[in-house]
Amino acid sequence: MLAFVSRRLLSVIPLVLLLALITFALLQLAPGGPFDAERNFPPEIQRQLEARFQLDQPWWVQFGGYVSGLLDGTLPSMKRPGLTVGELIATSFPVSLLLGSLAMAFALVLGIGSGLVSALRQNSPWDWLSMGVALIGISVPSFVLGPLLILVFALWLGWVPPARWDGPSTWILPSITLGLAYAAYIARLTRAGMLEVVRADYVRTARAKGLSESVVVARHALRGAMAPVVTFLGPATARIITGTVVIEQIFQVPGLGYYFVQSALDRDYSMVLGVVCFYSVILMVANLLVDVAYTWLDPRVELA
Amino acid sequence: MTEPKTERAVEVVQGTSLWQDAWKRWRRHRVSVVSAVVLAVVLVACLVGPPIVELVWGWTYAGQDVALGPTAPSLSHPFGTDVLGRDVLVRTMHGGRVSLAVAFVATFVSLVVGVTYGAVSGFVGGRVDATMMRIVDLLLSTPYLLLVIVLMAVIPPSKVSIAGLDGSFVLMFGALGLVSWLVLARIVRGQVLSLKQREFVEAARAIGVRPWTILFRHIVPNTLGPVIVYSTLTIPSVMLSEAFLSFLGLGIREPQASWGTLVNDGANAMVVYPWLLLAPGMTMTVTLFCLNFLGDGLRDALDPNARETA
Repeated sequence: MLAFVSRRLLSVIPLVLLLALITFALLQLAPGGPFDAERNFPPEIQRQLEARFQLDQPWWVQFGGYVSGLLDGTLPSMKRPGLTVGELIATSFPVSLLLGSLAMAFALVLGIGSGLVSALRQNSPWDWLSMGVALIGISVPSFVLGPLLILVFALWLGWVPPARWDGPSTWILPSITLGLAYAAYIARLTRAGMLEVVRADYVRTARAKGLSESVVVARHALRGAMAPVVTFLGPATARIITGTVVIEQIFQVPGLGYYFVQSALDRDYSMVLGVVCFYSVILMVANLLVDVAYTWLDPRVELA
Repeated sequence: MTEPKTERAVEVVQGTSLWQDAWKRWRRHRVSVVSAVVLAVVLVACLVGPPIVELVWGWTYAGQDVALGPTAPSLSHPFGTDVLGRDVLVRTMHGGRVSLAVAFVATFVSLVVGVTYGAVSGFVGGRVDATMMRIVDLLLSTPYLLLVIVLMAVIPPSKVSIAGLDGSFVLMFGALGLVSWLVLARIVRGQVLSLKQREFVEAARAIGVRPWTILFRHIVPNTLGPVIVYSTLTIPSVMLSEAFLSFLGLGIREPQASWGTLVNDGANAMVVYPWLLLAPGMTMTVTLFCLNFLGDGLRDALDPNARETA
């Protein structure tokens, strides 16, 4: 286990470097640079700016500068003077992390709960209802759902504030908007997983040795049924990351996704490169956690 | 993709029962059939709607009537008008054209890339296969929509317009097509790996058919079932990505409209004019809903062994 985890963690390094190189190449190939045609700088100032950010150097020097700057956290943002990429990520990522975690928690609780009830009461009205809602949840895009929720719950009913990010009452709508689609997926996966597992031999064994129904479900069946859900958590993390980009735009949440889009539009190359690398590390670590969780749920799985 | 007509005869002999079977299974999936009908209606409305409306009422997607301004849905404007007095029904239909076009073209791009890549990887095998699949794994473990955001933000659309086509369209087709082929390549590779051991490939090899001809004439056509299924599920996801980018202001630009830009405009004005959000939002949701269902039904019909993996 330890060997597996450390091998995977080591493999993150070349992968992130490669991804940084791809992003860097993309930015190099794009016509124009960060300081072109913006405010019509005098040529000497433009030259000075480009010298400060090493833009006048050959590409390998530039790339080396980005990488070392990202590693020791001193890479300056090109468009937000006085701030480093590290500082920008450190202030805005906690917001995105909280939003993502709340959404994920909401999705897991609602999804596993309703999927479980659906499977245990298969073909009951409750089953139909929750699966119907799940199907709608999968199909409504978050950028349609978000404004609709704001309209109904913030503007018409006035229960919660419509936007911004200060205090728990403003956390509710963004988290629900982001989490609902995942709740729907998880509900469907849980239901399918449960229906498969309740007929498995080990569940029959658990029943046969006289365990109560709730223990059979909670300790034995549910654990086996969670495998597809856990597999889904890997890609779900990736989608939550991109999801926060749009949610933060809708609800004006000052998170990393919001700054990322702004930086891309402003051609703040160092910030763009930093955020892409940062998020890919997060994603690879999340995938690793999913693989580890998998072995815990199903001891038959071996890590390779 | 090379799929010459001359080989059709062979495919039909083997395929008839498969397709008939699939048709029977699909028709039992009632929600999927209903979805197909609804989709057909949406598709026809988007295709023939704008010229008809223009002919009868004279409204076009870009035609403004600033004096009129925003009006609530009424008999003359069933979905109302927007802030510039443009008819929302026509704009929704026109946006549907754009959204559907992007979805179909980008899916086609992903189809060509994914099938070729997966087929070559599986057919050549060995170290080449291992390397090619490692690359797919790598790309799948990146937040690639972030890369698409960067791409859309830094490349000016005017630089990439091809044959008079708006550059933001070309960018969209390319960017979304190029990130959607990964899973498809994996699926095709898996199919090719098992198909290349089969007797009919052996037979082709024995009579001296060249390897690439075997691959693209004999093996690839046999992967069609799963490919169709996966493509129908790619269409809604590409459509969603397009709307996502347009919503962020990185996709289709004014005066063009897609469902994403319309929802964005609607969201900005929803406090006073909720129909601006509801009309395109609901249309898009219904379409996505139906596409997902159609895909589900086709999967059950064409690929009965496939498990749902979200």
